[in-house]
Amino acid sequence: MRKLLAIAVGLAMTLAVSAAGAADKLKIGFIYVGPVGDHGWTYQHDQGRLAIEKAFGDKVETTFVEKVAEGPDAERAITRLARQGAGLIFTTSFGFMDPTIKVAKRFPKVKFEHATGFKRADNVATYSSRFYEGRYVIGQIAAKMSKSGVAGYVASFPIPEVVRGINAFMLGAQSINPDFKVKVVWVNSWFDPGKEADAAKVMIGQGADIITQHTDSTAPLQIAQEQGAVGFGQASDMMKFAPKAQLTAIIDDWSEYYVNRTKAALDGSWKADDTWGGMGDKMVVMAAFTNMPDDVKKMAEETTAKITSGEFHPFTGPIYKQDGSLAVKEGEVLDDGVLLGMNWYVKGIDDKLPN
Amino acid sequence: MGALEAVILTIITASTPLLLAAVGELVVERSGVLNLGVEGMMVMGAVCGFAAAYTSGSPYLGIAAGITAGIGMSLLFAFLTQSLVSNQVATGLALTLLGLGLSGLIGEAFTGLPGVKLPKIWIPVLTDIPFIGPILFGQDILVYVSIALTIAVAHVLFKTRIGLVIRAVGGNHHSAHALGYNVIAVRYACIAFGGACAGLAGAYLSLAYTPQWIENMTAGRGWIALALVVFSTWLPRRLAIGAYLFGTVWIMGLYVQGLGIGIPSQFLSSLPYLVTIVALVVISGNRTLTKVNTPACIGQPFVPDR
Repeated sequence: MRKLLAIAVGLAMTLAVSAAGAADKLKIGFIYVGPVGDHGWTYQHDQGRLAIEKAFGDKVETTFVEKVAEGPDAERAITRLARQGAGLIFTTSFGFMDPTIKVAKRFPKVKFEHATGFKRADNVATYSSRFYEGRYVIGQIAAKMSKSGVAGYVASFPIPEVVRGINAFMLGAQSINPDFKVKVVWVNSWFDPGKEADAAKVMIGQGADIITQHTDSTAPLQIAQEQGAVGFGQASDMMKFAPKAQLTAIIDDWSEYYVNRTKAALDGSWKADDTWGGMGDKMVVMAAFTNMPDDVKKMAEETTAKITSGEFHPFTGPIYKQDGSLAVKEGEVLDDGVLLGMNWYVKGIDDKLPN
Repeated sequence: MGALEAVILTIITASTPLLLAAVGELVVERSGVLNLGVEGMMVMGAVCGFAAAYTSGSPYLGIAAGITAGIGMSLLFAFLTQSLVSNQVATGLALTLLGLGLSGLIGEAFTGLPGVKLPKIWIPVLTDIPFIGPILFGQDILVYVSIALTIAVAHVLFKTRIGLVIRAVGGNHHSAHALGYNVIAVRYACIAFGGACAGLAGAYLSLAYTPQWIENMTAGRGWIALALVVFSTWLPRRLAIGAYLFGTVWIMGLYVQGLGIGIPSQFLSSLPYLVTIVALVVISGNRTLTKVNTPACIGQPFVPDR
């Protein structure tokens, strides 16, 4: 018992010392949904964290909690970071939205940043990338490269973010081949390499020769390579996992955003606003276009350039919903509000959207 | 390759790790020990298997390393629960947490590296038979190992003296002790066997299923294996049925989604659990038989009186 007490006192002292030592630094906490080593979504956020450390050195101290389950666990993890004196906390998954808002209420002095959500508060900002811009490009590539005219889409959860991606992919594909088909399999997980691989295998068996994914592991792309199909990297450049199968990858680049927000928090100009950046803001970057003929590469580069310059928006009308009703008139562009809450498929997708 | 063939091949790879891990745990529980650390031993098998295969270039060394890691973890559990008589449930849970954490640490240097894939066997003529060939004669060796292990365990448990001793130890450790059997030694051996199987299952994940190392790549499969053991009422044959049934419904769920019929995916995702539980409850409907098969001493600590 005495020993235990000694340990407890020791721990308390170290905590007190570290808290005192860090008082003049800005502590920045990150909550990750996956492991840092997923080489996908969480990996890219961690690259952003490292960019902050590089940019500000001694002025900041960053910590992260990885593999935090969406739900009550997240609330505890965020609370802990706030208690430990973090001044700025990034919660980097959609499912952390409600926990972030809840904790933010209890810690009004701490600044929160929630990725991909839509709920804000006086001390909660939101940010996201316009990944769908990249998905339009890969949709075009898919339609050019596919022999069977069928792509398999490994999807995680039916939230607007993912649905928007599927729609953008389909619109891109339809701009090349109006009869293009997309199979969608929901694995109900962001990260389960085995299940993602199974989904890819099953869809290749059903005739898909292009595999794309909105889940975080590299497994579907590796299966594509193994079975002679091709695919796209997700969130991060996955070239070394599938050198023969990766056509390109949509890379989330959070570095610039994270550095800017940290700067704002340090100089006091931080505001709880919303950022939704795309290719034009360098938040969405395409990896090298590989394993494709030159004409396809040229097309992909042109589309990327047009989206980057703002000349073209992937959701430009006419766009029809799955039930045939008109969603966007010719020449008009779907507004951000509709995009953010997207809960319908565009025409041509066979899957029925789970409610 | 036709769609049906692809589906069957996928079902086999999805079921194999479950069967491997579960058949080991079945022996452990038959000896009266409940090891909830399957997930932890499995994930350690996955990381050590990957690391050894990557370093040496040989998937077979990877398999050996996976088995060794599983045994190592299980011996830790055996020492704590058998020699120090700690609580089995708590120790098992701790073993899982330890395995998940430790594997992340070991695997840090190996994340994101392309793995070594366990080759599939190829027998001239036989493997070339359309449809049947690739399914029956074109799997990787661990698929055959999993089936052979299940048959061997069934045989040893119910047809041999060793099996009788194991079951006696699990059924009533005081009687077994009074008869002169070394209860602790038998349990040590069974726990080590369970560890070897869990490690092998983990190595299957990182060498054959998805040849790569990613943290937490077992994604709960150890827990499914544990549940399968209980619902199979500790019978190897039912266990094999349960594992394959689970794998089949799991893959069919994905298949049906790919067809775009529009059945809610959340329902399909929960279906393997539902179907397997219902099926195994139905086939184990005979209460007396279930009672007979349940290791009476499961989870209870044993301290030999000296």
